[in-house]
Amino acid sequence: MTAPSEYNRGFEHRAAIYIKFAQAVPLAYTIDRDLCIGCGLCEKVCLAEAIQYDEEPKKKELEAGAVVLAVGNDAFDPRGLDVYGYGEFPNVVTSMDFERILCATGPYRGHVHRPSDLKEPEKIAWLQCIGSRDTHECSHPYCSSVCCMYAIKEAVIAKEHSVHPLDTAIFYMDMRTYGKDFEKYYDRAREEEGVRFIRCRIHSVEEDRETNDLILRYADESGNMQVETFDMVVLSVGLKTPKRLVEVAKLLDIELDKDSFVETGAFTPVETSRKGVYVCGTFLEPKDIPCSVMEASAAACGAEEVLSDVRGTLVKEKTYPEETDVFSQEPRTGVFVCNCGINIAGYLDVPAVTEYARTLPGVVYAEHNLFTCSQDTQVMITEVIKREGLNRVVVASCTPKTHEPMFQETLRDAGLNKYLFEMANIRNQCSWVHSHDWDKATEKAKDLTRMAVARAQLIQVLPQPTVSVDHKALVIGGGVSGMTAALALADQGFHTYLVEQANELGGNALKLIHTWRGEEISGRIKEMVKQLKDHPLVDVYTGATIKEASGFIGNFETTITQNGSDIKLEHGAVIVAVGAEEYKPTEYLYGEDDRVLTALDLDSAISSKEERIAKAKTAVFIQCVGSREPERPYCSKVCCTHTMQSALQLKEMNPEMDIYVLYRDIRTYGQREELYRDARNRGVIFIRYDLEQKPEVKKNGDGISVRVKDPILGRDVEINSDFVVLASAIVPRDNSLLSEMFKLALNNEGFFLEAHPKLAPVESATAGILLAGMAHYPKPVEESIAQAKAAASRASVVLCKDELTIEGVISHVNELMCRGCGKCVEACPYGAIAVEEREDGKSTASVQGALCKGCGACAVACPTGAAALMHFTDDQVLTMVEAALAM
Amino acid sequence: MSEAFEPKILAFLCNWCAYAGADLAGVSRLQYPPAIRVVRVMCSGRVDPLFVVKGLKNGFDSVFVSG
Repeated sequence: MTAPSEYNRGFEHRAAIYIKFAQAVPLAYTIDRDLCIGCGLCEKVCLAEAIQYDEEPKKKELEAGAVVLAVGNDAFDPRGLDVYGYGEFPNVVTSMDFERILCATGPYRGHVHRPSDLKEPEKIAWLQCIGSRDTHECSHPYCSSVCCMYAIKEAVIAKEHSVHPLDTAIFYMDMRTYGKDFEKYYDRAREEEGVRFIRCRIHSVEEDRETNDLILRYADESGNMQVETFDMVVLSVGLKTPKRLVEVAKLLDIELDKDSFVETGAFTPVETSRKGVYVCGTFLEPKDIPCSVMEASAAACGAEEVLSDVRGTLVKEKTYPEETDVFSQEPRTGVFVCNCGINIAGYLDVPAVTEYARTLPGVVYAEHNLFTCSQDTQVMITEVIKREGLNRVVVASCTPKTHEPMFQETLRDAGLNKYLFEMANIRNQCSWVHSHDWDKATEKAKDLTRMAVARAQLIQVLPQPTVSVDHKALVIGGGVSGMTAALALADQGFHTYLVEQANELGGNALKLIHTWRGEEISGRIKEMVKQLKDHPLVDVYTGATIKEASGFIGNFETTITQNGSDIKLEHGAVIVAVGAEEYKPTEYLYGEDDRVLTALDLDSAISSKEERIAKAKTAVFIQCVGSREPERPYCSKVCCTHTMQSALQLKEMNPEMDIYVLYRDIRTYGQREELYRDARNRGVIFIRYDLEQKPEVKKNGDGISVRVKDPILGRDVEINSDFVVLASAIVPRDNSLLSEMFKLALNNEGFFLEAHPKLAPVESATAGILLAGMAHYPKPVEESIAQAKAAASRASVVLCKDELTIEGVISHVNELMCRGCGKCVEACPYGAIAVEEREDGKSTASVQGALCKGCGACAVACPTGAAALMHFTDDQVLTMVEAALAM
Repeated sequence: MSEAFEPKILAFLCNWCAYAGADLAGVSRLQYPPAIRVVRVMCSGRVDPLFVVKGLKNGFDSVFVSG
């Protein structure tokens, strides 16, 4: 029985028993009851007896103190928009379909083919904003935030996957690459990869009935109709909340906004209207992976705050028997070969591999099991280890990536050190990939088993020492991010030091009036300052700077200077939230004429009710001042939204005021698009300019004249303005000292670099040091707060422990062989090695185990062989090389 | 002519990426010639040039480092 595969979006079929997708966790099969004919044969043939065919869905009741909603969202279905022909023309696909086409596990195994005739396309078009930024029926008014970036990515990858030169064109309104390093990706796609970007409005997609090619009609920027033919068209569909999630919200009694996203506030970005229920990801607003991951940790932080009193109360500690001392014993190796049902036994000779294992040097026991990983086999292995006096265990089965920790646990249960274990991956590397060659697969399985047994003879017991953890935290920076992080930590019960270089807390937020949703900022900041000062677990140091820092995760020591005297602080984690600052423009007469203001200047002029603002007849905003320039190739993310707020505020003050916004792309991402629409409805005039043809600003009698080329008219226009507002860039502070003291990397522009741009957006590469707010990248208040809470949550993972276990697979430097050259220090990507002078005057390198990640780069760099990676020493690796061919 | 030449390949695969890639090839049932022997390392940075030389000296026709 087959049905269209949901995972491969109908390009392929699947059976009634299937795995939902290749990366599913757990990687287990499910039965599609609607498709199943009900024969029940599966239950009878399953060797592991894993199927209970008659099993009915069961209701489970869970008691929880907090709930986190991470339910995601759906992609927009463009079937309702007939001008694009989706569902009618086979070569019109959505971006989600195209993701599957590009994927190695997709319908065409990652080769780019078009659905109608499997031809390799030569020209592909992407159409942006499908279902987004569109107020028509069945579309959505908001921007879906992620589509510009994924379209560029798909175009670049399609070019990489294509066998012949592929022409890719992205048809868009505004290119919204506002995230960290996104603009550089856009620049590279355009300039180096040759992706074409066409600013336009799409008229329609028609199909050539004979060739199935697609004829695209669009109006270019000057309003002229153009026609171009493509082999394929990809619709960049947005995100939307489906009905089933609206039902979930109702069930949980939480409020949704008019776009059906969860209602939250800028200062409580992951809190729903119901206390104790938190939300993260795209159910909140369309967003990309880094922001979703940040919010996930922020939501966890919310739950940690309300549950801090009961932290750890449900934890049961497991105990192990004392480890057998095997140091002086000859290796006695037991080999367990797995049939994996028929996954291995169906394709190679498992009994022969087992027989062969018995003949290998050092092996005293070998057997094969139906499933070596099953629970009853673990009990059996434990017994065999004891009975046969095994001191090395080799399992020839599947991958150590998924099963090594489980078998190591079995060793520990049997009183063996967990490092006395080795695996041979005869399923993923033999039976599954050489399925049609029984003899060769069997031969290779024997080789892999021999290699594993050879290595097992040399592996050693490794210690797993612990270091104690200081439960206090240091937060550097007293802006909105630092204050949020400090409060979040203190509310979880961790003593927190908050260090701010200025004489008052608040940072940039003190200069801001409203969040984009109109929430008042300064009052809230005052409230936070008071909470911090009153909090018994927070020590605030204002007018203080960092002088020195040392230590490692769980055990940092930082010296700060305040009023000329030094204070030493000990703490287990650090959150760097030093913020960023407004770029002071050198262009457009800024600093020469006081009618030229920055966005923050305008905010303070509005706050102090300056008459020249209120009574002005004309105002001009210039966007991207200092941003998206060769010397600063990034988008400052907040300026477009801020300009919309300011323009609307000016219109509120004086509806007669003529307001012009000169822009390159309007980047009011997510629901901020509403402000852009409001501004246009209120009569704000938007004129686009190019980087090559920037506006000119000149003094002109009583006013200022701004000259810019209007791309629609194709002519220069001159605006006489009463004042000009520059949406100037956000630039990092001078972070070089902090970066040196805490061994933190900076990106090319000087912002702190995260450990992983998508999966670890708040961690630095140095364990125990987290990043929050604009020190990481320009971002609005609500995102700074979410990231600060995320950093507090990640810090608490360390702080809540009494001790940290140091893994055994780390480097070690033999002092006798070390000559202190420092090559290992240079090679170490984690700052885990230092050369220090010993008492006898000699300098040698030593490894800080808590920081070492066990990559072994130092062992390769070491010219004397003093540095070695435990468990992967030269002889432990080379014995496998020797065994690989030694027949 | 005897059988076509089948090179014997030694592969050093990084635990975190290339080794996982080889696993995925298995999960996806991608068939390839049984001529490769894999040694797992924690990082391709662990692969000492000595390892490569040793592989060639021991009779491998080529050495593949991926990470």
